[in-house]
Amino acid sequence: MTGMPLLSLAIWVPIVGGLLVLATGSDRNAPLARSMALITSIIGFLVTLPLYTGFDTTTSAMQFVELARWIPAFNIHYSLGVDGLSVLFVLLNSFITVIVVVAGWEVIKKGVAQYMAAFLIMSGLLNGIFSALDGLLFYVFFEASLIPLYLIIGVWGGANRVYAAFKFFLFTLAGSLLMLVALLYLFMQSGSFSILEWHDLSIGMSAQTLLFWAFLIAFAVKVPMWPVHTWLPDAHVQAPTGGSVVLAAIALKLGAYGFLRFTLPIVPDASQAMAPMMIVLSLIAVVYIGFVALVQTDMKKLVAYSSIAHMGFVTLGFFILNPLGIEGALVQMISHGFVSGAMFLCIGVLYDRMHSREIADYGGVVNTMPKFAAFFMLFAMANAGLPGTSGFVGEFMVALGAVQYNFWVAFVAATTLIVGAAYTLWMYKRVVFGAVTNDKVAKLEDINGREFAFLAVLAACTLIMGIYPLPVTEVMHATVNDLLQHVATSKL
Amino acid sequence: MNFVVPDFAPAATELFMAGMSLVILLLTVFMRQSARNVGYMLTQVTLIGAALITIFMMDGQVRLTMSDMYVDDLLGDVLKVLILFSVITALIYGRAYAADRGFDTPEYHLLALFSTLGMMVMVSSSHFLSMYVGLEMLSLSLYAMVALDRDSARSTEAAMKYFILGALASGMLLYGMSMVYGATGNLSLAGIDQAIYNQAAVYDGVSSKTVLTFGLVFIVAGLAFKFGAAPFHMWVPDVYHGAPTSVTLLIGSAPKLAAFAMAIRLLVGGMLDLAEHWQTMLMLMAIASLVLGNIAAIAQTNLKRMLAYSGISHMGFVFLGLLTGVVDGDRFNALNAYTSSMFYAIAYVVMSLASFGMIILLSRSGFEAENIDDLKGLNKRSSWFAAMMMIVMFSMAGIPFFVGFFAKMSILQSLVAADMVWLAVFAVMMSLIGAFYYLRVVKVMYFDEPVDTAPIHSAPDVRVLLSVNCLAIAALGLLPQQMIDLCQLALVASFPG
Repeated sequence: MTGMPLLSLAIWVPIVGGLLVLATGSDRNAPLARSMALITSIIGFLVTLPLYTGFDTTTSAMQFVELARWIPAFNIHYSLGVDGLSVLFVLLNSFITVIVVVAGWEVIKKGVAQYMAAFLIMSGLLNGIFSALDGLLFYVFFEASLIPLYLIIGVWGGANRVYAAFKFFLFTLAGSLLMLVALLYLFMQSGSFSILEWHDLSIGMSAQTLLFWAFLIAFAVKVPMWPVHTWLPDAHVQAPTGGSVVLAAIALKLGAYGFLRFTLPIVPDASQAMAPMMIVLSLIAVVYIGFVALVQTDMKKLVAYSSIAHMGFVTLGFFILNPLGIEGALVQMISHGFVSGAMFLCIGVLYDRMHSREIADYGGVVNTMPKFAAFFMLFAMANAGLPGTSGFVGEFMVALGAVQYNFWVAFVAATTLIVGAAYTLWMYKRVVFGAVTNDKVAKLEDINGREFAFLAVLAACTLIMGIYPLPVTEVMHATVNDLLQHVATSKL
Repeated sequence: MNFVVPDFAPAATELFMAGMSLVILLLTVFMRQSARNVGYMLTQVTLIGAALITIFMMDGQVRLTMSDMYVDDLLGDVLKVLILFSVITALIYGRAYAADRGFDTPEYHLLALFSTLGMMVMVSSSHFLSMYVGLEMLSLSLYAMVALDRDSARSTEAAMKYFILGALASGMLLYGMSMVYGATGNLSLAGIDQAIYNQAAVYDGVSSKTVLTFGLVFIVAGLAFKFGAAPFHMWVPDVYHGAPTSVTLLIGSAPKLAAFAMAIRLLVGGMLDLAEHWQTMLMLMAIASLVLGNIAAIAQTNLKRMLAYSGISHMGFVFLGLLTGVVDGDRFNALNAYTSSMFYAIAYVVMSLASFGMIILLSRSGFEAENIDDLKGLNKRSSWFAAMMMIVMFSMAGIPFFVGFFAKMSILQSLVAADMVWLAVFAVMMSLIGAFYYLRVVKVMYFDEPVDTAPIHSAPDVRVLLSVNCLAIAALGLLPQQMIDLCQLALVASFPG
């Protein structure tokens, strides 16, 4: 352990850097803004690396803990720490931020400083969510992160961006406001906002049920689970590429992370009672949304629906309540961070050249963009869950866990491997293979060095995690076991 | 008959202000039209002097003077300083606006001074009589100020409406006061408190209690009018809209603090034993204000009207704090509840000043930037002020890290502590509706292209002060503890027990 407040740095370096980038002002200084953003994001990523190298995998206790009084009137603390559930997301988020800054490099031409600053500030806020150990601090970061994403979608988004931005903001806010009341209720019961103290607080069944619903609504919107998923396709389609990447890679994980940090340990009895319902909702997301994805004509929408289906797998893994399920779900979350991010980047690469996301406008891209086609192939395979890619590991673990729970649940869940392959590969085929269909495709230029760089890095991550996932799973092992013990202990 | 010379020291600030107002009144009579700046400068000097006197004489002691009609305590001092600062700010923001429209006459500044004096008397009153005098001093000055722009039909109409409804509310308040006097035989708040306590203990007087609660209803109605809470809100949108923006700024800020002081002194200081009665009334009004304020605000295209309706809903939140103090006759939550309510009122005033200040900033000679569409593309015209306005809007919507969030949170936790979770859930649902129209303002500033491309002209002092004002919203959000402590301290020092 080092003496540096690493988590604070992970939060505040991007935020302060973002404000400095903002200070460069108008687009005349765009090159400066870009370089500053890149430097900040790289520093922000570097400071999170010791979190992994210094992580003690043998304990489930919080590590890199920081504690300071913030608002004593309500016993609110600036309390940070990570365990096996959260540490990887801090790294993932800081890493994705670098990718997003690079991906927006020359694509964004108006309001460069504001664009970069919004992503940096959001990156800091997201790190804050994953490392907050105080309920209110968590909430503050959780809601504050809506502001930059709202602006990103609304300012740099597509034609229908205003609608998408409002829908995104209001859906999420509706959920999280109920969570605020739940947090305040827990504060009244325990006299503290400390999440870890809440884990040991005994709560009656009826209160647990109400709390469960309050948390469920907040997190289900964020995940998003069926049937409150409708904001996501709109937000994804309208957001600029970077926005979609952060949304898919990180923001969706917040809801799932909330289940692990709040729902399961704080209201274990209600969670167990509600598990069948959650499993059914997850299966609907996996199967039904998978079929919805199949019929999409817009590439981004297709990937958005596929994200919902994948997140259905994650919530399924959580609520079958066994180690394989939860670890598999966590692996799936990390993997989905790389893969869905990469998918959106690939679509962004095409969109930058053709200004269309319609599958029908493409065809035969492989003839003009062979390097790109190779990368896209890999990510499409990973999205479909091909063994050897990271997408397979998580889905396989969750499916195994589901078999332990109930064969038929596993059976239904496993159909995603077929449906997922169908919608991803069919889209890939229509876009990439075949003869060149029109003049626009014929004039396409293959990816440049910058695009090659970020796709290659993501491809490497996907493959390494697919072939050798141990570095990821060993981090979470102790914490997941402890969590499951906690859930098994009744609080009544 | 003995005539005792009262101790003037506790009222030093008010006496200073009254004296200075008369001096300015006399001086400006003999001044030429071209020397208008002198009136403005003298007014600001007076306000700043009054703030300094209050700050230096603040010691946390409770002192009664003038036959117990007047009280000087920490609650009063804190609120007075805040009122003075918000009037100073409002006058700085409004100066160029008033000058462009030709009503920056000495009367304008004098009326502002008199209204401030009225607010301070209200804040410090411990007697029905002094309270009423303060209230009327405030109200009459404001009626006149609304009508200052004589050639504007809209202003005149607003002033008329304000005056008639205000007079009605004052009448109701007086009627209620007379009933309470009839039931308790007292006009001083401490005496009323004692009398109610005695009656409840000794014979639970049925007949006088009916009169008492009847009086209470009228008093609460009069109070609600001053707050601008539904269903006594009818004047708010029209007056905010019709008054010149620099006057709206004044009406929408400091008087809310004075009204808060009046509510605390009347209801908590004077009639806490009747809490179950007035809390129910406040609850109904809070619910009505939240529903009406938030839903009506959605339909507005005029920014001033939107802010007026949003102000109604914010007053609903202030009431929510006030009504959680006494739970089933138990006062364990009282301090928490009144602290959160006071914190909310202060936070609202800071936000209100900033939001109307922004309207003034964008207005110029012959052009009122009062429609929401006038903010279109503000980010392209001035990204700094767009960011500032965004802070204000998100703060009003209750999004962290801004002070509005912590104000809402403290009210909500007080509701949860008082076992009114359903009301807390209702309040958050209403603030969700509220988020929509604040978001729309942000949308207009950031997502739309500018229509009006005229550069923003304003004096450097306005720019700096407005930026400080908006940044204070962010700073108070990052570090709300000091302000909460201050509210708590003031309430403890002023209402021991």
